[in-house]
Amino acid sequence: MTYIKPEFRHPNLPVNEVGFTKKEYEGRISTLCAGCGHDSISAAIVQACYEMSIEPHRVAKLSGIGCSSKTPTYFLSNSHGFNSVHGRMPSVATGANLANRDLIYFGVSGDGDTASIGMGQFVHAIRRNLNMVYIVMNNGCYGLTKGQDSATADKGSMSKKGAPNPFAPIDLVSLALELEASFVAQSFSGDKGQLIPLIKAAMHHPGFSFINVMSPCVTFNNNKGSTKSYDFVRDHASSTSVLDFIPKKEEIKVDYEEGIQVKVAMHDGSYLSLHKLARDWNPLDWVSANEALIKARDRGEILTGLLYINPKSNPLHDTLKSSDKPLNTLKEKDLCPGSKKLEEINSSLR
Amino acid sequence: MNTTDTNNPEYYHKVVDCQYACPAHTPVPEYIRLIAAKRYTEAYMINWESNVFPGVLGRTCDRPCEPACRRGRVEEEPVAICRLKRVAADNKGDVKSQMPQGPFKPNGKKIALIGGGPASLTVARDLAPLGYEIHLFDEQIKGGGMMRTQIPAFRLPETVLNEEVNYILDLGIHTHFKTYVSSLKEVLDKEYDAVFVGTGAPKGRDLSKLPGRKEGDANIHIGIEWLASVAFEHTKSVGKKVIVLGGGNTAMDCCRTSKRLGGEEVKVVVRSPYKDMKASPWEKEDAQHEDIPILDNHTPKSFEVKDGKLIGMTFEKVEAHYDENGKRKLIPTGEPDVFIEADDVLIAIGQLNSFPWIERDLGMEFDEWGMPKVDKVTFQSTISNVFFGGDAAFGPENVITAVAHGHQAAVSIDLFCNNKKLTERPSPFTNLTSQKMGIHEWAYDSEVPTDARYIVPQADKEKTLSNIKQEVELGFDQNTGFAEAQRCLNCDVQTVFTENKCIECDACMDVCPTSCITFTENEEQEDKLREKLLVPALNLQQDLLVSDTLKTGKVMVKDEDVCLHCGLCAERCPTSAWDMQKYLYKVTKAGCGNH
Repeated sequence: MTYIKPEFRHPNLPVNEVGFTKKEYEGRISTLCAGCGHDSISAAIVQACYEMSIEPHRVAKLSGIGCSSKTPTYFLSNSHGFNSVHGRMPSVATGANLANRDLIYFGVSGDGDTASIGMGQFVHAIRRNLNMVYIVMNNGCYGLTKGQDSATADKGSMSKKGAPNPFAPIDLVSLALELEASFVAQSFSGDKGQLIPLIKAAMHHPGFSFINVMSPCVTFNNNKGSTKSYDFVRDHASSTSVLDFIPKKEEIKVDYEEGIQVKVAMHDGSYLSLHKLARDWNPLDWVSANEALIKARDRGEILTGLLYINPKSNPLHDTLKSSDKPLNTLKEKDLCPGSKKLEEINSSLR
Repeated sequence: MNTTDTNNPEYYHKVVDCQYACPAHTPVPEYIRLIAAKRYTEAYMINWESNVFPGVLGRTCDRPCEPACRRGRVEEEPVAICRLKRVAADNKGDVKSQMPQGPFKPNGKKIALIGGGPASLTVARDLAPLGYEIHLFDEQIKGGGMMRTQIPAFRLPETVLNEEVNYILDLGIHTHFKTYVSSLKEVLDKEYDAVFVGTGAPKGRDLSKLPGRKEGDANIHIGIEWLASVAFEHTKSVGKKVIVLGGGNTAMDCCRTSKRLGGEEVKVVVRSPYKDMKASPWEKEDAQHEDIPILDNHTPKSFEVKDGKLIGMTFEKVEAHYDENGKRKLIPTGEPDVFIEADDVLIAIGQLNSFPWIERDLGMEFDEWGMPKVDKVTFQSTISNVFFGGDAAFGPENVITAVAHGHQAAVSIDLFCNNKKLTERPSPFTNLTSQKMGIHEWAYDSEVPTDARYIVPQADKEKTLSNIKQEVELGFDQNTGFAEAQRCLNCDVQTVFTENKCIECDACMDVCPTSCITFTENEEQEDKLREKLLVPALNLQQDLLVSDTLKTGKVMVKDEDVCLHCGLCAERCPTSAWDMQKYLYKVTKAGCGNH
């Protein structure tokens, strides 16, 4: 019985700007069910980090509990990681981010971890605009406990057990938009062409970047009647745009028709280039993003792509006016003003 | 690109690089797994069925399989396939009881085999069990041909050769040793149903026009003749200073033999640059290991004779120049000529075919180079009942090629004797069986160890140089044999894809360690499709496995090039659209499947 990933890689594997092949971004072999959508998302994260030439030690992966929250083991083995308590990933991420603002934070969560037990944490992370990527691997069921309907299961959707879900779902994308998250996207694990640029843009966005990814549970929720199956999502996904993340060094190559092309300048000179597929929607306009989402829901479609972005977002560290230097690097000298200063303060209070 | 037709038996055969490259198409991974399982007798029998001389070939094969081995494209070195074959031969149990047991019921047909080398012996082995009465003629006192006369005992012990030759002769072959066939007409007059010519390339090239050749003749020898004379112990010594001319394997055998017969200063002198030498890399290494210098870029100019005795040779120094087609020209450098002292010179600069014994008025057609016209598939000459094989057919090759020829000639002779069409060859035997045993369990070791190629131990130099019969290589012991066998990637365990089960979840593409699998839109042009794969498929020798169009309109494309056959695609496939299936491919031998 062997279940070991061989060490050999393709000898012609390309090398990125920091001299790494994709292998340096991989994780251990997945122990999730074969065909799990989550594995595709892990692969998309690996590819995005490789393409962005991020040094793996500059990433921290945080997760809660659940199938989704196991995945950080399966990507970026050379990065930092913390597997926290169920639903409590956002507070651990907040603490880590406050201590070291220099890392890229990947929060990985599931529909149970976010929409049920972690809901209270999730909404406050959005409200504070914590600078992190928050990915929900959303399969509409509790896969780790034999596939019960989760809070994101659509009304009437049937899991493998065959009973229609009587409750209305929590739509995490609408919720994030409502709370004015500064980056809101939705995608599908089976569409890496869309997912990879979204992850790259999310990592670049200074603020809370939310990506809700439909990720079919092959074991409990990939049957006929389910609204989170491979077939259903493929048939009902409606892409808002074709997104390209363009690093600052590169020119935008493709020119689309006026009114269809949206260029979003990022804080560091890089660009997002959006080729819109719907004219009546503008990703920079919160109202039109909400409208597009509601209309799509009405049509029974799953709207995918970058739905809303606020490039002028004010992340938590800016709001708090915290030190530019990461707190964990501050020495006693930086933190303790000395006895003379203390005297001064004390005397001013007398 | 069109959907790959995996029903074509050659598609999966080609994936098994070693087997495909082997002229006899021995099922290599199959016997390597048996060696790992310590089932040496079975491993030997798979070899014996296919290549007839496992013990001989496990020591002396030219191993075309190894440069083809997939492992060599994944890391530094291929699997030591050849020396693993020897492990099977060294450790086997009783094999004779598993071979065809005579006496066989005669079928009334008589066959003459001219020459007792590997090609003729293969024909004998394939045909004898079918009831043919076989008469084998050879001028030497024992069978084996060039395996006996040209391969020195320190590379191939006589006991090993005798054993494997006797397995065949014991099938009831009528041997006529010490019988030089001097006329094909006489043979044809004896009313054999078919005649097979396996006389090899028995003539060594000479330098007859070089000044001093005649005068120094007593100390100038033709390499293969000299080796034969050593093998039969007619020659027991050589001068202290020896020059060996030539850069092939015969030259390497000549210089190493000289070193054992009293040669103290033995030098190999070759016209071409070192890297262009025809000798196998390992044979060059072995010669150098025995402190024999190889002087390259030296063209022989004359034999130097003083007082009627050879004293050495003069060489002109040259330099290799290559034109844009890669064609080589040796151009003198203008440096002064080099004189090298020698008591004996061995000329090992190539071999020629020679058919003085075939009358030219029998109706057999020869080409402009004096070679008989022989069909590449049937091995039939222009006299319908005369067949050729081995070096005699198309010029000097090697033992394993001779064996492959022998098998095909035997098929032809059998068809011929049964009045069947020679062009309707029996198709190969193929079988595809799933290796799945349970969750994470396969019937083969799917793990891919990172071990580097193991080195075959050698006997002490003092020992080997002082005794010509002391075998140099000692062979792998069982444990090293196991470790080396585990390096095999099991390329015969095929990744079989079933389109209608695939749900396009990308799991196989994500997990494949060597990025072989890509789901993408198809392209008309193969090169375009090759370009757009996860890692572009630039090795054009290796095929793409292209699926039918899937539900989303994409196709699955697998580049066979560096697949590790680790089974992770099948392991991570939720619907068993991928399965690991062992592909057994056997070349059909004479008498199987066509009677």
